[in-house]
Amino acid sequence: MSELDPEDRERFEQLVLPHVDAAFNLARWLLRRREDAEDVAQEALLRACRFIRGFHGGNARAWVLQIVRNTCYTWLEKNRPMELSVEFDEEVHQQSDATPESLAIAGDERERLTRALEMLPPRYREVLVLRELEGCSYKEIAGITSIPIGTVMSSLSRARRQLCAVLDGSPGEEANREM
Amino acid sequence: MRCDFADLLLHSYFDSELSSVDAEKFGRHVERCADCGSELVNLDLLRDRLQLAEIYEAAPASLRRKISAEIRPTAQTTPKSQPLLWHWLAAAAALFLVAIVLLRMSPGLRNDDYQAELAAEIVDAHLRSLQPGDVTGIASNDERAVKGWFDTKIKFALPVHDFTNHGFGLKGGRLELLEGRSVAALVYERNGRLINVFVWPTPGPDKSPRTGSQRGFQWVDWRQDKMEFCAVSDTDPADLEQLRQLIHSNT
Repeated sequence: MSELDPEDRERFEQLVLPHVDAAFNLARWLLRRREDAEDVAQEALLRACRFIRGFHGGNARAWVLQIVRNTCYTWLEKNRPMELSVEFDEEVHQQSDATPESLAIAGDERERLTRALEMLPPRYREVLVLRELEGCSYKEIAGITSIPIGTVMSSLSRARRQLCAVLDGSPGEEANREM
Repeated sequence: MRCDFADLLLHSYFDSELSSVDAEKFGRHVERCADCGSELVNLDLLRDRLQLAEIYEAAPASLRRKISAEIRPTAQTTPKSQPLLWHWLAAAAALFLVAIVLLRMSPGLRNDDYQAELAAEIVDAHLRSLQPGDVTGIASNDERAVKGWFDTKIKFALPVHDFTNHGFGLKGGRLELLEGRSVAALVYERNGRLINVFVWPTPGPDKSPRTGSQRGFQWVDWRQDKMEFCAVSDTDPADLEQLRQLIHSNT
């Protein structure tokens, strides 16, 4: 990166650095692999650094997460386009370790929840992660994901229903049909 | 199974996203509706499960280290390896774009479109810089080798001189694609700092130098012999002027 203006660096440290965990967590759940998440979160954070002058106050976390989210989707489009085109697809299950079978035999609760979340389509996964793990308001989620607030509500309700269905051990088909 | 009234309202209620009036109304409904009541319990259970399982994944220390390293002042680090050098040069090219766009802008035109366009160009340039393989160039202080490399790639006679004797060591050159056309970039080093001199053909008459600065980078732009030159660096403006005079009198 080119040399940073001291003022920009200070702004970056104050506004963006407090949200490095949030940035990584969102990338980790969108991309499902820690190694990829680390690379993409880094790219996104450095992008936030370059554009720090474009941030005119307001909600810094939402601003950072919006950049992370966009960077993740660009990365997915390039590297794993299949994941964005399918809603709830067997192939995606096979790409990740998450299958209904593996879920059933998953050792502990943390692993079970992780796999269940990873089985959801990215659009549902992200609203759940933003709401339940990051504690974002609907308005924040709408801003981060660039989807209307009504769609945030319906996605969240479907995402929760699907997650429950997966956790209850129902096969993915059923969860899908319920939508 | 589920109450028709529920769905969206139920989730908004659960997430405390309803207005106080609506929340009160829905609260009264929940008292009477067993479906909604049990659904709320389920949502609560799900939220507890997610919280208790501690599936939030905090950033690894390595990510924080990498970010800190990137935003540290770069003055004390001198790029040594070639990929790093190209990376650096391409980043400088991104700043050159800032200069170019500013050259074409009058101050009054700073609007959102401009910001967006600028941002997009910088991102593109930066993305290129993240892929060292895509930035083709030659790292050499031999002016003949550098000139020879350019001669096969550009259609104008680029003057290439090493000014080590004057304190401007030639480091190499590369091609940049700026706004759809190929631009030659000569790289000099002055007291450990890199200077990019961008050169492209122009039909216009000679023009005396104009200078400016942006984000701590200085630039000087001039035209001579049907070529436009733009030198960009974070060195002292006096250095840039000295280099400009050297190039000018040797072209």
